[in-house]
This record gives sequence, structure tokens and C-alpha cells, in this order.
Amino acid sequence: MPSHPAALDRSLLLRAHGLQRRLGDRLLWSQLDLELAGGDRLGLVAPSGAGKTLLLRTLALLDPPQAGTFSLLGRAPAAWGLPRWRAMVSYLAQRPVAGGGTVEANLRAPWRFRERRGGDGWSYGRITNWLAALGREPSFLSYDAERLSGGELQLLALLRALQFDPTVLLLDEPTASLDGATTAAVEALLIVWLAAGARAAVLISHDGEQIQRFASRTLELQP
Amino acid sequence: MTPLSSGALSISDGQLALSGLLILVNVGLSAALRLGLGRSLLLASVRMVVQLLLVGFVLEWLFRQDQAPLIVLVGAAMAMIAGVSAVQRTRHRFLGIYRNSLLSVMASSALVTGLAVTGLIQPQPWYNPQYLIPLLGMVLGNTLNGISLGLDRFMEGLRSGRDQVETDLALGATRWEACQSVVRDAIRVAMIPTINAMMVMGLVSLPGMMTGQILQGAAPAAAVRYQIVILFMIASATALGVFGVVGLAYGRLTSTEHQLRLDRLVKLGGQG
Repeated sequence: MPSHPAALDRSLLLRAHGLQRRLGDRLLWSQLDLELAGGDRLGLVAPSGAGKTLLLRTLALLDPPQAGTFSLLGRAPAAWGLPRWRAMVSYLAQRPVAGGGTVEANLRAPWRFRERRGGDGWSYGRITNWLAALGREPSFLSYDAERLSGGELQLLALLRALQFDPTVLLLDEPTASLDGATTAAVEALLIVWLAAGARAAVLISHDGEQIQRFASRTLELQP
Repeated sequence: MTPLSSGALSISDGQLALSGLLILVNVGLSAALRLGLGRSLLLASVRMVVQLLLVGFVLEWLFRQDQAPLIVLVGAAMAMIAGVSAVQRTRHRFLGIYRNSLLSVMASSALVTGLAVTGLIQPQPWYNPQYLIPLLGMVLGNTLNGISLGLDRFMEGLRSGRDQVETDLALGATRWEACQSVVRDAIRVAMIPTINAMMVMGLVSLPGMMTGQILQGAAPAAAVRYQIVILFMIASATALGVFGVVGLAYGRLTSTEHQLRLDRLVKLGGQG
């Protein structure tokens, strides 16, 4: 548990400067600066269609940036290499996707990417601890991933990203399909995980109370 | 060299016209079942007759030529038509798709047909149009199908698999790691018709070229040998062409920044 907040590493992790995004001829946001330090939990606040998801995709460099500069731990994306960047700035899509096979197979799959080789590899113990914190049995691992409910799929996507301990976690409505108890468990789990290293998170949520509970500060998007 | 004008019984104008009556079977069926195909059937029949009669004249002229550049030029024109037609059937387009298709069709058919006339069949001279043009035509016809299938499947595969591809990218995959299953699937699908054709060759289908040679008086055993060479040519040219065109499309629809660039795809109205 984060019982020693003083020990938090508050150093600068991610910096994005002068971001701009157009959708067709509509300017969604411009001159956007964003800095994330260790322990930051940034909530994005804006009405639907204001480009919150697009901002997260932009930070993960999944779309060609239209303007702006980025750096992670002081290094530019090109210096990291894009796969490495996305391994460290992990984006969780609003509608998660799982491949064929069991939940475990889906958790193991990304370890095969060149970027992940040489890592610690899949850890049964770590995943089942998290599952327990989320009120799920280890048998969850043997479920057919293509038959999961929307909420279970969100849990799978969360664990799939968390197991790599990314530096920045970009969460797009991560609990939208979960019940209240599991939502609270996810928030608690994230807070513990964030406190365990130099990590930060950005959260999009339609639930204003969740932003209030979870976010340490907020960012309002405007053109 | 097989002589052109011996062997098979020639078909007179009257007999040709008589064969046209066979289309009345279709027209009658269409009328009886109200299929509404009467017009298209007639149009298709007329087009087929006119195009083939014209091609007959063109080939007679072409086979009398003995200048390499001219014959190669005709071959290149055929390849161009094939390259453009291959794109016509796809449901989406991107900038450069025609260039990619032309490049793949031309490179693969030139390489394979070139090897065949210089190394395998060895007509004298190598550009002897009586060999080069029909061989090229058969290779092109099949490569075209492969490229069309492969391109369409690849683009649709990326579209329908977009979320999975981007999930992999977001988890640190390179663009190749994220897209390879779509690439593989497209190439596999494009090769299926060729593989199927080889599987049942001779059992279900007697290919046109072989039938032609046999009618012409060639020994079936000799005609079969030509067919074998042709099928290997078709298979390799299709594989090369499909590999090329899917590879180029992959390069266009992803970026060196390991992004999926489906914004470069344009949906086509109309054409199915």
C-alpha cells in the first residue's frame, strides 16, 4: 500500500508540447501542453466528441501527429523507437479486443513481441494476485476470451497492460462495463500499482464521480 | 514449331452463326424465369464475338511480326491492362494502388514468362510471338485474379481487424507483428484458385490450351507437357505477383512509425 507518499518518485515522465488535432475541418484542440510526473493521475474532462480518445491515441503515437513534440524520460519517440514508446506509454482502448484462445493465452501473447522478449515473462503469481484483488478466481485465466462479457474483457485488457508495468497508462473508460464493486476494486488496484514505481496514468471517464475519486488533477480539452 | 493452319477442321461463317443459336437457350430460360438477363446476355454475346474476331485479326498480324521491341510492347500493353483490371474489382482504393498493381503484374509476369521463353521452352527467337504472346496471356489472366483477390482481402482484413491490429501495436508490437496474420491470410486466399486448379487439373477440367492443341492434331502426351509447364508458370507468377502487391499495400497502409494508416483507404461507391 502507498503508505509512504514521500517516497513517490515525482520526476517528469512524459511531456507533450503544442499538440493539435483536426478532424476533417474541425479543430478539436490546439496548443495543448501536457506533463505527467510520477504518481500523477490525470483526469481528462470534456464533452463527448471533444477528442479525448484521440488525445490518448496521440500520446500513444497510434495516429500520425498533426503538430507538437513528445518526450518520455527526456527522450523523443524516434530515439526510443515506436514499439518501445508504446510499450512504455500503454493505451487501453475503450472497446478492448481479445484474440482467440483463453484469457491466459491472451495475456501471454504480447510477450512474444520482439519488444517484450528478454522481459520477465508472464507471471502466474502476479496475475492471480491481481485477479484476487478484483474478486476473480484463478479459473478466470482458462475462460474462452472470445466469450467474455464486456466487463471481463476490460479486466483482461487492464491486466494485459499492467503486467508490463508501463511508465504511463492511458485509460479510456476502463470501467465502463463493470459493476460498482469491481470498479472500486479496479481503482484501488490502480492506485496501488501507480504508487509502486515512477508511473502515471491518464483517465477518461464519463463518470464525473470517478474522475473526482481517482484523478489527482484534471485537464479540460478545448479548441 | 506447330503449324498454325493445319490439323483442326475449320469452322465456316455459317457454322459460326449456327453456334450463336445456342445462346437462345439462355435467352429462353431468362424469359421463362423472368431473370431479366436477356439484354446483358445479348450484349455479352455480341461483345465476345466482336472481341474474339478482332483478336483473331490482331494475332494474325502480330504473328507475322519479327521485331522484338514491337512484340515486347504488345506484351507490356497486355500486362498494363491486366494490372489495371486487377484493381477494378477491389472495394477500396488507396493512392498508388494502380502503380503497385502494375508493378507487381509486370515484374512477376516478365520474370516468369522471360524464364520460360529463354530457359524452358526456348522458341527461336525468344520473342517468337506465337509462343510469347499466348504464354504471357495465360500467365497474366491468372496473376490478375490472384492480385485482385489478395489486394481486396488484405484491405478488408485490415479494416475488419483494425481493433486487433491497433491493440497489438498499443502493446508494443511492430507493424509487421501486428499485421502479419492479415498479410498471410491475404496471400493464402489469393493462392487458393491456383492450387485448386492444379489439384483437379485433367480430372475435372481440360484446360483450353491443351484442348486447342489436341484439336490442332498435337499428340495428347505432348500437349500435356505444355500444360504442365504453363501451370507451373502460372503458379509462380501468381505467387510473386500477389506477394508483391500485398507487400506494397502493407507498406502503404502502415507507416515506418508502426502506425496503421487506414486513413489512406478510400471506399469506392458502386463497384462490388
